[in-house]
Amino acid sequence: MGEPLIYTYDIDGEDFTRAGEASSSVKNRLKMLGVDSAAIRKTAIAMYEGEINMVIHADGGTITVIISDDAITMVLADRGPGIPDIEKAMQEGYSTARPEVRSLGFGAGMGLPNMKRFTDEMKIDTVIGQGTTITMKVYLHSDGL
Amino acid sequence: MMPVKLKDILELPECRTLVSAAPDREVTKIFCCDLLSIAMSKAPAGCVWVTVMGNRNTLAVASLADAACIVLAEGVSLDEGTLAKAGEEGIAVLSTELPVFDIALEIHEAGGL
Repeated sequence: MGEPLIYTYDIDGEDFTRAGEASSSVKNRLKMLGVDSAAIRKTAIAMYEGEINMVIHADGGTITVIISDDAITMVLADRGPGIPDIEKAMQEGYSTARPEVRSLGFGAGMGLPNMKRFTDEMKIDTVIGQGTTITMKVYLHSDGL
Repeated sequence: MMPVKLKDILELPECRTLVSAAPDREVTKIFCCDLLSIAMSKAPAGCVWVTVMGNRNTLAVASLADAACIVLAEGVSLDEGTLAKAGEEGIAVLSTELPVFDIALEIHEAGGL
């Protein structure tokens, strides 16, 4: 493959039930590109958790996915409230989600930990009152594409 | 042992088939969980996923985790739009009045999963 492929998705903060459409679309694109299925699964799970977080906490945002020869990079940018204590937010089981979100099966405090577990690199840039940008990378083997 | 196919599960008398898809797909395991974040990270590919969580996100998780089939226990159902989408994505959906454990046991005994 030569030039990296770049896709951008607007995440609607209003509609919780639509969360997951962007990750599904990325999953299908990666399938068509013949990316190895373990890398697809990791990317899809990490991105879906990110999408859900953006809808729950930040009223949506933008996800940019860059597919290159050696990695899939996801940049999730929102203009939400920011994360006051990243260390706490990274603990499994810690959640600030609303009860109605929990009743839908989310808000178990697994989002950020899952994102870290399923990616090879993860970086969180957050500014209170301005927003959060999370960059995640899933490595591809040299024969992956 | 013979591999278990989805159609073996679709034929269970306790289940109502809401979406019939990919009957010849091989199923791997039974997985029971209602928390979607846990299901997403732990559900094995090709599994029969038993849950009482019936909303559109259930399908998104099943699709991302590559589950073969969703079994909705305790009489739970999904709305028409979500069922149509499940059909498009090739994920079977069943519904049963039985509790999670009972239907998982039935599937286990029927299929040897």
